[in-house]
Amino acid sequence: MTEPLLSVRNLKVSYAVGGGSVDAVDGASFDVPRGSILGLVGESGCGKTTVARAITRVIADNARITGGEMIFEGTDIAAIPERQMNALRWRDIAFIPQSAMNSLDPVYTVESQLHEVLRRRGGMDRRAAQARAEELFEMVGIEKSRLRDYPHQFSGGMRQRVAIALALALNPKLVIADEPVTALDVIVQRQILDQLRELQAMLGISVILVTHDISVVAYVCDRTVVMYAGRIAEEGPMEAVLTRPMHPYTMGLRNAFPDLKGAASGTLTPIEGAPPNLASPPPGCRFAPRCPFALEVCTRAQPPLRELASGHRVACHRADEAPVLRELAVRTETWLVPA
Amino acid sequence: MAGAGMRPIDPIASEPLVSIRDVQLHYRMGGIFSAMRGRSSVVKAVDGVSFEIRRGESVGLLGESGCGKTSMGRLLLKLEEATGGEIVFAGEPVTALKRAALKRYRARAQLIFQNPFDAVNPRFSIRAALSEPLENAGIPAAEREGRIVKALELVRLPQPQQFLDRYPHQLSGGQLQRVVMARALILEPDFVVADEPVSMLDVSVRAGVLNVFRDVRDRLGLTAIYISHDLALVRYVCERTIVMYLGKVMEDGPTEDIVREPLHPYTQALVAAVPVPQPDQSHDPLPIGRGAPDPRNPPSGCVFRDRCPYAFERCPVEVPRLRQVGTRKVACHLFDDTTGKQ
Ligand SMILES: Nc1ncnc2c1ncn2[C@@H]1O[C@H](COP(=O)(O)OP(=O)(O)O)[C@@H](O)[C@H]1O
Ligand code: SF4
Ligand SMILES: [Mg+2]
Repeated sequence: MTEPLLSVRNLKVSYAVGGGSVDAVDGASFDVPRGSILGLVGESGCGKTTVARAITRVIADNARITGGEMIFEGTDIAAIPERQMNALRWRDIAFIPQSAMNSLDPVYTVESQLHEVLRRRGGMDRRAAQARAEELFEMVGIEKSRLRDYPHQFSGGMRQRVAIALALALNPKLVIADEPVTALDVIVQRQILDQLRELQAMLGISVILVTHDISVVAYVCDRTVVMYAGRIAEEGPMEAVLTRPMHPYTMGLRNAFPDLKGAASGTLTPIEGAPPNLASPPPGCRFAPRCPFALEVCTRAQPPLRELASGHRVACHRADEAPVLRELAVRTETWLVPA
Repeated sequence: MAGAGMRPIDPIASEPLVSIRDVQLHYRMGGIFSAMRGRSSVVKAVDGVSFEIRRGESVGLLGESGCGKTSMGRLLLKLEEATGGEIVFAGEPVTALKRAALKRYRARAQLIFQNPFDAVNPRFSIRAALSEPLENAGIPAAEREGRIVKALELVRLPQPQQFLDRYPHQLSGGQLQRVVMARALILEPDFVVADEPVSMLDVSVRAGVLNVFRDVRDRLGLTAIYISHDLALVRYVCERTIVMYLGKVMEDGPTEDIVREPLHPYTQALVAAVPVPQPDQSHDPLPIGRGAPDPRNPPSGCVFRDRCPYAFERCPVEVPRLRQVGTRKVACHLFDDTTGKQ
């Protein structure tokens, strides 16, 4: 197998809050293969945005990368000086921030925002930038006559296309998109995902798609990383993770998710409780307080991420019993907490 | 457990609780700029909507943002005045309600908010937040605590007493959404409008709130409108769905029929677009044109025709009426026998 474009190893990120600190990402390891879409999925607060931003090293003022490596094409980008990292941004690694469509500058036309990147970052002259801006608009399916428009003249979906064009401006190898379709209606959402998939395949780039929605993962991703409370619960080929999940949390997520193609009379089963407060996470497995399969060991020891099938890794003490747990997990009674 | 569609509704025995006839909500927009861009200065948020809701029925109002579903909900609760048409609740025109009658209506018809953090004052304890509607309705102080505890039990908050002196930020999103539901139910309404009540919640907790909603509705025999852009959620709680587009009803019928075989071309695209959590799914392009509906500048004739893959000569010239087609109503010229199609 060819070497991945990016290997994240044991990444730790913490936020300073009050007098102490919160370990928002506590040892994340995963690979981003070349030419593929990786879905980083989990509920709000599990650390997706923190991981995504750590890779670009554009992090909050109170955030600190406290450990780990991020090997991008042979270089540990966690260790290089900021100047060198800055040279990689846009050119090699582009980031589409969460709600990017609302963060375009309202006082400039989208053309001047594209030019800013193309000329200042890409060193293009005016004419080259103009040609590239038109090409980018064509790529994302917006008429080039609209380059002169201001962000507010576009619908939400169109602004998200502009944000994608901006990210692709300098031909990056990796695009990280943080919740790119979250605020959009289903039809626009689907059209944006189709566009993203098409561009990814055409350009042969890699995409990290951050989302809280497993159906978005199911629609466009090749691989997926499931995060829970700052750690990776499960990682593997998308199809394997969604159809043969090995982590109880992933099993629970599937039960809680309405499926329009499923039976009409199906009942959704919640996972009772809420994720832990990261300022004082439980010892052992962080999912243990909500896990119907927790054993005594789960409350003591952190389960290591182990590879149990080809490319499919799980952090659960009972992962070897996954086939049995899966059968139990589809039953609603399994998830009922004793009153 | 039975799905939403399995609740026994006897169409003959249950008379309509709500009747809406040709309701309009037109906004006049800031004149000169829109006029200069050649746009009409009237936004038709709701434009000639008619339907009836029977007692005990749960109806989903489905559509994309800007289709008028939230406006429709606000009209129903008289949080907005219709600019045309008539809304009748339990035989009485809502438009004409004044003072005492309006106050009674406000108690009988309740809104469940989208964002639980907007719905309750962050500086009020849960007790205070739930006392407020009781106080407004003139319930004596001595009775209040008992009713509050009962309402919290109804939405399955375990050991309600422990929540009374807490503040919203001390609750999880799922707990707070249950409190919001309890607040809407505390005056024992017979009609509730829930506007995207779980859109701010994480998937793992959302299911619990939806289950409580279904359960409470069945136990109290509530009539409910559930507003959402997500057909999968609507299907979970509503036996009937009304699909809106640019202020108009496109399709209205049993949810399962709509999911299985959507008739209106817009509904077809909407159903095809709903993401499913299965790797094995269609990746065919959606049968719909790109672009977003612009409520300031809707197309002539059928408002969907500029994105419709099947539009023909009649579509730009004539507004399709909502017609009965089998179990459903559909507003599309393709389903008019006189055209000789379908
Ligand atoms: N700037 C910050 N200061 C303190 N805590 C933060 C900050 N940003 C995020 N967090 C916390 O870090 C955790 C992970 O957050 P985030 O990465 O935004 O998660 P996600 O993107 O999965 O929703 C959460 O507990 C969140 O509250
Ligand atoms: S390690 Fe234990 S608590 Fe954690 S998911 Fe596995 S079984 Fe559940
Ligand atoms: Mg985030």
